[in-house]
Amino acid sequence: MIGRAALGLAAAVLAAFLLAPERFAPLLRPLAANGAPPIYTQTSLLGLTLWHLALVAAAVAASTVVAVGLGILVTRPGWRDVLPLARTVTSVGQTFPPVAVLALAVPLMGFGSGPTLLALFLYGLLPIFENTLAGLTGLPPAVTEAARGMGMTPAQRLVQVELPLALPVILAGVRLSAVIALSTATIGSTVAARTLGEVIIAGLLSSNTAFVVQGGVVVGTLALLIHAGFVWLERRLAPGGPSDRR
Amino acid sequence: MIEIEHLTRRYGDRTVVRDVSLTVGRGQIAALVGTSGSGKTTLLRMINRLVQPTAGRVLIDGTDTATVPAHLLRRRIGYAIQGHGLFPHRTVAQNIATVPRLLGWDAARIRARVDELLDLFQLPPVEFRDRLPHQLSGGQQQRVGVSRALAARPDLLLMDEPFGALDPVIRASAQADLRRIQRELGTTLVIVTHDIDEAMALGDRIGVMDQGLLLQYAPPRAILTDPATPFVARLIGTDQRPFHLLSLSRVADLATPGTADGPPVAPDASLRDALALCLWSGRGALPVQGGGVVTLEALRRAARPGGAGADP
Ligand SMILES: Nc1ncnc2c1ncn2[C@@H]1O[C@H](COP(=O)(O)OP(=O)(O)OP(=O)(O)O)[C@@H](O)[C@H]1O
Ligand SMILES: [Mg+2]
Repeated sequence: MIGRAALGLAAAVLAAFLLAPERFAPLLRPLAANGAPPIYTQTSLLGLTLWHLALVAAAVAASTVVAVGLGILVTRPGWRDVLPLARTVTSVGQTFPPVAVLALAVPLMGFGSGPTLLALFLYGLLPIFENTLAGLTGLPPAVTEAARGMGMTPAQRLVQVELPLALPVILAGVRLSAVIALSTATIGSTVAARTLGEVIIAGLLSSNTAFVVQGGVVVGTLALLIHAGFVWLERRLAPGGPSDRR
Repeated sequence: MIEIEHLTRRYGDRTVVRDVSLTVGRGQIAALVGTSGSGKTTLLRMINRLVQPTAGRVLIDGTDTATVPAHLLRRRIGYAIQGHGLFPHRTVAQNIATVPRLLGWDAARIRARVDELLDLFQLPPVEFRDRLPHQLSGGQQQRVGVSRALAARPDLLLMDEPFGALDPVIRASAQADLRRIQRELGTTLVIVTHDIDEAMALGDRIGVMDQGLLLQYAPPRAILTDPATPFVARLIGTDQRPFHLLSLSRVADLATPGTADGPPVAPDASLRDALALCLWSGRGALPVQGGGVVTLEALRRAARPGGAGADP
């Protein structure tokens, strides 16, 4: 498949670049004006990438736990009243600009990863929450009725039937949040979080396009790969997906 | 035994089941028929409390079902849902094993039971055990749905149009299997069906519903010969009445001493089959296996209200 080959190639090039960036210097030199260094060397690019990924993973994991939990809660009988409130909270989390979150959080949390983590966490809630809601409320009625009719308790229905069937939709929400967080995390470097944003900002400050491009391309490629990974997982987990064909 | 007492269900100001009372004796089959939207499914689902009655109550073996935790009640009641409702992410075997697993059966016993049921419904276990529901035909899905309802050998079975998607051949054998299992285990069964033939073939009693009302609840013969309302007569279909009536009695019930020519008919064949054989072979009488004859004349009498078998 062409798509898969392209992804494999992208992953290989990315790995090669992160492990030995100096080898790509000739490629980037034309972008670096007046003999400026073509490769960012203040910090190891590999190290920054790992920090960046860790930050995103932590934030998305937190968003997932909270948003899925909230989605489960508001779909339980007796808790429907909480739905409008949960919707408002998650929507505000998304509409409030991450930059503003950073600005407000720094005085409270200080510089470093904290404010960025908070901004990414809030920004990621909405897609996961909405997808959890869609996944849990969009189940075929005959299936949920059968689960009740067989004598499953509410907890057994949730764990054995509702969540497994909603999982692909929930994962699509996590994927969306992860991809958004991956690019949004770059702004964390304005408040001293260690992310690939550092490279881009260094490029902007010194008018070095080579830095901007390498930072941007690494983030973009990571987003592409993570997106593809999630899509693959969603397909595998969907009933009737490729893994079922025998 | 199920005793349904004055059950009513309202949605808003619409009453979809209206003051229905009926009793199904232990080991008996009640078949519910009626037009679409007449409240059959709702009535059925009030028995296992999937629908909460607005008024009235259900007693199972004398116990008010409202006093038992709903999930424990449902594990004791087999339920084949309209449109099968199989879990799409679970294999055929896992689907069938649902209630036994909830009841904590051990793995070997579950596996044996699953294979037994698959065999019974003509789905070879090796081939079907590990398939997912979407890899089955509609008729196969329905049979798995029925197997799942039967899995834990419940004393009480609720079935909502379980055989709707089966072709006539498999349907007839599935009905016969169900009847056999039901007799062997003494299961009490309430079955909803659109098919009057099926209701006649299975029901010890037939309940006819219209617009939430139970118009008549009586043995098949009484429904045929003494319909409570014109609607009941219309639903059963006047043109088929003599044949339904004949299908309710066995050849042995009508056999008289004597001899006749040609191939014999089995004593447990229905009178309907005997009539068909008479007409097809142009004979006025058929020899009965093991002695005696059944005559066309007797069959004609039996096809009329008040004919043979009216007072067994
Ligand atoms: N949850 C509900 N809310 C409102 N109305 C309902 C609900 N469930 C059923 N009804 C209505 O109750 C009536 C009876 O429904 P029910 O499913 O019992 O009919 P049925 O006899 O089983 O029909 P069918 O033969 O088509 O399956 C229908 O008019 C239906 O629209
Ligand atoms: Mg129905």
